[in-house]
Amino acid sequence: MSDAITARGLRRTFGSVVAVDGIDLDVPESQIYGFLGPNGSGKSTTIRMMCGLLRPTAGEITVLGDDALAQAETVRRKLGYMTQRFSLWEDLTVRENLHFMCRVYGLSRRESRERVADRVEEYRLGDFAGRFAGTLSGGQKQRLALAAATLHEPRLLLLDEPTSAVDPQSRRDFWEKLFDLAAQGTTILVSTHYMDEAERCHRLAILDRGRLAAEGAPKQLARDIDAAVLEVECRDLPAARRQLSGEDWVRSVAQLGGRLHVLVDRSEPDPGSRLRGTLVAACPDVAVERVAANLEDVFVAATGFRAGGGRVAPGEEAA
Amino acid sequence: MSSLVRMVSVAWKETRQLLRDRITFGLIVGIPALQIVLFGYAINFDVRDLQAVVLDQARTSLSRQIVADLAATQVMRIAWQADSEEEFRGIMARGEAAIGVVIQPDVERRIAEGGRSAVQIVVDGSQPSLENIAQGLAGLPLAGRPGEAGTRDGAVALRVEYNPEKRTAVQIVPALVGTILNITMVIFTAGAIVRERERGNLELLITTPVSRGELMLGKLLPYIAIGLIQTTLILLLGHTLFDVPIVGSLVELYAGAALFIAATLALGLFISTIARTQFQAFQMAFMTMLPAILMSGFVFPFDGMPQAAQWIAQVLPLTHFVEIVRGIVLRGAHLTDMHAQLAKLGAFFVVMMTAATLRFHKRLD
Repeated sequence: MSDAITARGLRRTFGSVVAVDGIDLDVPESQIYGFLGPNGSGKSTTIRMMCGLLRPTAGEITVLGDDALAQAETVRRKLGYMTQRFSLWEDLTVRENLHFMCRVYGLSRRESRERVADRVEEYRLGDFAGRFAGTLSGGQKQRLALAAATLHEPRLLLLDEPTSAVDPQSRRDFWEKLFDLAAQGTTILVSTHYMDEAERCHRLAILDRGRLAAEGAPKQLARDIDAAVLEVECRDLPAARRQLSGEDWVRSVAQLGGRLHVLVDRSEPDPGSRLRGTLVAACPDVAVERVAANLEDVFVAATGFRAGGGRVAPGEEAA
Repeated sequence: MSSLVRMVSVAWKETRQLLRDRITFGLIVGIPALQIVLFGYAINFDVRDLQAVVLDQARTSLSRQIVADLAATQVMRIAWQADSEEEFRGIMARGEAAIGVVIQPDVERRIAEGGRSAVQIVVDGSQPSLENIAQGLAGLPLAGRPGEAGTRDGAVALRVEYNPEKRTAVQIVPALVGTILNITMVIFTAGAIVRERERGNLELLITTPVSRGELMLGKLLPYIAIGLIQTTLILLLGHTLFDVPIVGSLVELYAGAALFIAATLALGLFISTIARTQFQAFQMAFMTMLPAILMSGFVFPFDGMPQAAQWIAQVLPLTHFVEIVRGIVLRGAHLTDMHAQLAKLGAFFVVMMTAATLRFHKRLD
């Protein structure tokens, strides 16, 4: 299978701020590829470079076989872009917005009419097709934006945090649409900071401070995690948490209901015994169990974030 | 072909948005209507029916003749006949009369001998524009001077030739077409690109196949139509309210106006590519407006300006359009008579449009 997007040594600075710091990427065709990362990790900047909206400071990026910068116009005709902020016209109606986008992409008047009718039905926009886009709810706006991005039947969809202002049910519906599109052969790149959404992607890139922290299929990433994951139960969880956050071999502690979720360096030969030994003085009833890593663990392990918010190694800052 | 479709689509979108923006749409009609009424009535370079007080110390048939002549100019209306100098001074001092006429007791002898003033015209110096009026009146030859009746007629006749009814509206309204268009048009397009940027639409718009030129022209087209509507409105109001005649051809007037409108819109678009916010855009638009209005010859005579100001004025589209519109509306001139002005407007349009297009990039950096 060939790659829809290839990036090599991609770098972008804004003044002294390094937004993207040497990323290599291969996004395979007809799959949903996720960008997972906190705000400021370089997700939007990378997507904008793929659309030719930002010029890379260094490195190159090929989208559907064309250089994203030099052949930006060719590339743009083949991709659909959903911006992070709703960017259709709020003082045009749903139908007018769709019609305008059709015409701008060069569809004839008749094709446009048919295409608009088709999308209105497919994305369930019929009930408010005559309303101004500005009056729609978050979920409705998102459906409209996706419908608009697919009007010219692009081979590639770039979706920048499409579900950030949307309720859970709308998110589910939205992802079903994405899977339909992928099944029809569309390549989809979607950025998110939701773990459950990242979990749904075929492949995933975890971005951290402009760098690629981890890349692979979500299952694979969880299997290859560079840490041991354990859960601790005892009566005095706050005391146990205080105790563990002082230990430098413990990479992260997060409370999940009546348990502590603990990430420990992989180099630790027997993390269970060591945990029990550390905690037994403060919590005599302590029970430790080894569990499978989830995507959040992968994210924490890859980015060096402590669940409490701090960074484990704040020294080697990119910018 | 598809390029034309995209341009028209942008124009269509712009028109839709404009028609929905009730306030802006109201301003399209409101600004010209308000301005023409304000300018037409309030800006009056000639003054009529000034309240005048007369102190006739001679009380002869000649002095009465002089007073009648002055009153006949309609510039002043004799409201008081003072009996004494104290009464005269009192009326002037209280500001009841804007203008005073003092006729010396020996007016006949003074006129006959010449050299000394026989009639004094006193004006309230706190109102600057009155001074010119007084000078005009003082230039009026006095009656009863033997053998000079013809001179008097000739002098009055000369004023008639220069400005028959002394109506400012006739001079102002045609130029006002240009001034009002200059104000509204620059503002319309100055916001055009920045608005899309501020509302977040630009990022989507520039990832579509719309080219820079299509976008610029598409943004410009609807406003040319609006400018022509405003032109019509101003001329109609000028005609009905102030009897401003249109001597020349309407078609040529509209053609000239369309070119001027395009030039002004292009200036606005250029501003729109520089400004980062709509607020900045409007500030910049205002910055171009005042020089345009002051230096165009609309308010101050062009020839009286320093050389540098004249050069600047040559760059501004309004200067050339004021000449075009006055020529066509008042003198019945043809566009062929004004090819120099048309060429300058055209050049301004092309330069601004090119600059705007080149400055605009389909990128965010």
